[in-house]
Amino acid sequence: MPHTAVPASARSSSPGPRTAYDLLLIGGGLIGLSTAWRAARRGLRVAVVDPAPASAAAASHAAAGMLAPVSEVTYTEEPLLRLGLASLARWPAFAAELAADSGRDLGDLDYRADGMLEVAFGSDDLAALDELAAFMGKLDLPVERLTGRECRRLEPMLAPAVRGGLLARGDAWVDPRRVTRALLAALERRGVDMVPARVAGLERSGEAVVGVRLAPGAGTSTGPSGEVVRAERVVLAAGAWSGAMEGLPPEVLPPVRPVKGQIMRLRSPEPILRRCVRGVVHGSYVYLVPRGDGELVLGATQEELGFDTRVTAGGLWELLRDARELVPGVTELEVADVVAGLRPGTPDNLPLIGPTALPGLWLATGHHRGGVLLAPLTADLLLEEAGDQQGLAGLCSPLRFQENP
Amino acid sequence: MDDLIIGGEKFSSRLIMGTGGAPSLEVLDAALTASGTELTTVAMRRLDPSAPGSVLDVLRARGIKVLPNTAGCFTAGEAVLTARLAREALETDWVKLEVISDERTLLPDPIETFDAAERLVADGFTVLPYIGDDPALARRLEQAGCAAVMPLGAPIGSGLGIRNPHNIELIVEAAGVPVILDAGIGTASDAALAMELGCDAVLLATAVTRAQRPELMAEAMRSAVRAGRAARLAGRIPRRRYAEASSPMNP
Repeated sequence: MPHTAVPASARSSSPGPRTAYDLLLIGGGLIGLSTAWRAARRGLRVAVVDPAPASAAAASHAAAGMLAPVSEVTYTEEPLLRLGLASLARWPAFAAELAADSGRDLGDLDYRADGMLEVAFGSDDLAALDELAAFMGKLDLPVERLTGRECRRLEPMLAPAVRGGLLARGDAWVDPRRVTRALLAALERRGVDMVPARVAGLERSGEAVVGVRLAPGAGTSTGPSGEVVRAERVVLAAGAWSGAMEGLPPEVLPPVRPVKGQIMRLRSPEPILRRCVRGVVHGSYVYLVPRGDGELVLGATQEELGFDTRVTAGGLWELLRDARELVPGVTELEVADVVAGLRPGTPDNLPLIGPTALPGLWLATGHHRGGVLLAPLTADLLLEEAGDQQGLAGLCSPLRFQENP
Repeated sequence: MDDLIIGGEKFSSRLIMGTGGAPSLEVLDAALTASGTELTTVAMRRLDPSAPGSVLDVLRARGIKVLPNTAGCFTAGEAVLTARLAREALETDWVKLEVISDERTLLPDPIETFDAAERLVADGFTVLPYIGDDPALARRLEQAGCAAVMPLGAPIGSGLGIRNPHNIELIVEAAGVPVILDAGIGTASDAALAMELGCDAVLLATAVTRAQRPELMAEAMRSAVRAGRAARLAGRIPRRRYAEASSPMNP
């Protein structure tokens, strides 16, 4: 899409009192773009600064797009479940409004609320599934325990050896790449300014953050360089790179680390699964997410390798090995794409959303494996003045990692 | 002080932790702290030691010594290479040697393990090999210069406890280096039993990291290892077929 130039009112070479934007997002990944779009819908003047918005480097490019807070619940992570459920409830309206704003059919987003089936094969994995079902029962989560044959009636392509399953009917999924494309279209229609530059640092006025300084040159011949873009509120939404942002004072640098994930995208003439299928194979998780066009996503590894995004033989082999145990037919499919992405991980696996200790600087990062699911909630937490609903903002507050809160 | 000494280094905790399986770094941090451990293994094959914010940062912040392991290796060659990379990256010549024979059981391959141990010892490493509960192999590895031996109680992650206590006793009896019970611990009584059998330390990971409340289980393991060690030092009473009154029956 064409990049809108920064309006003259927003440019200044020396600090001044004038504020051009209400909201400026550092980072044009799925979180930055969706927050920008929600803000623009509320009538705010918004800019997104990113040298390559919606690029293949974004975590969402390698995300399966599962909206599955119920299926993915684990011990010690009830707070994440609360966030996920709150955001899942927002997804239907979020998807419908995005489709309308981007001039598409809802079907274009491939948003589907057909549930997630979790399956087990060996007796050890079955016992683990029963334990998980008990845990879910304690949390009052709506899941159904199915026999092996019930699982195969739902998904005939499952391996005959399947012993049992859990069906979370409320879980959903969406195609993150389609969401990103729709967001770009919606942003253009809503008049959000895309600034194709790298951020070199924060513009301060005393304590307060009043904008960002763009890196000179920054490798974009057409983009603005070396100038200051002013905004009332600056939101750092740089995903896995948020913890390594230059020009950020160390006391507000968020504890975000890259967590590598490799996925495979396979293609078949028509879908071989009707819903998401997830299973434990010899203790490790694999999932298969079907798209309406016959694509099937296999994911995902979790690796702590810094900013490494190499696709490895071992990573792909593990995905295929485990996926084949669940659905033997996957080996017949065409390989469409193999990708490695970087999730923004935090020490407690909860996102960082809200104001920092620095006035004017907010965070919307650290979503780890849940960025797509948590996008609607993230925008609401950042933009709603209505105070903290159900204590969710408190769970996400960046101040929780402050040395002396 | 009843210290554990491995390769000339002293540890006051006899509980060695692994890091695999924790849901988040924060949960891991809390569990490690509650366990009181001073030595913790880290799998090197999916970790970049120079990346900030990793599990290594948690260990450094807590002053816990890092014991790199070669988890995921199937050949002596891979294990030696992984150990060398770990030595370079972490500046430690300690390594928990782990060479797996197959993915279903994750049982250690004795032949590859011995081969790698010989080469690593010759290369100046302090080698702690993970092995089956085989007294003969334990003896041979000690003779080959390993700093400790780490027999399993049961397969990795199984939580089955100590399946062959007799073999563990035989290994302890003959060993001149520390014996560390590795793998198979499911709950606190398993850890206590290992120490009662005469093991010098216990290594465990998933029993804590995959528990419903990891921090509380870590605390339980810490107490169990202490209790088992104390019981071993105190000396248990002999087992008898029939009762023996603890106070005189006839005054």
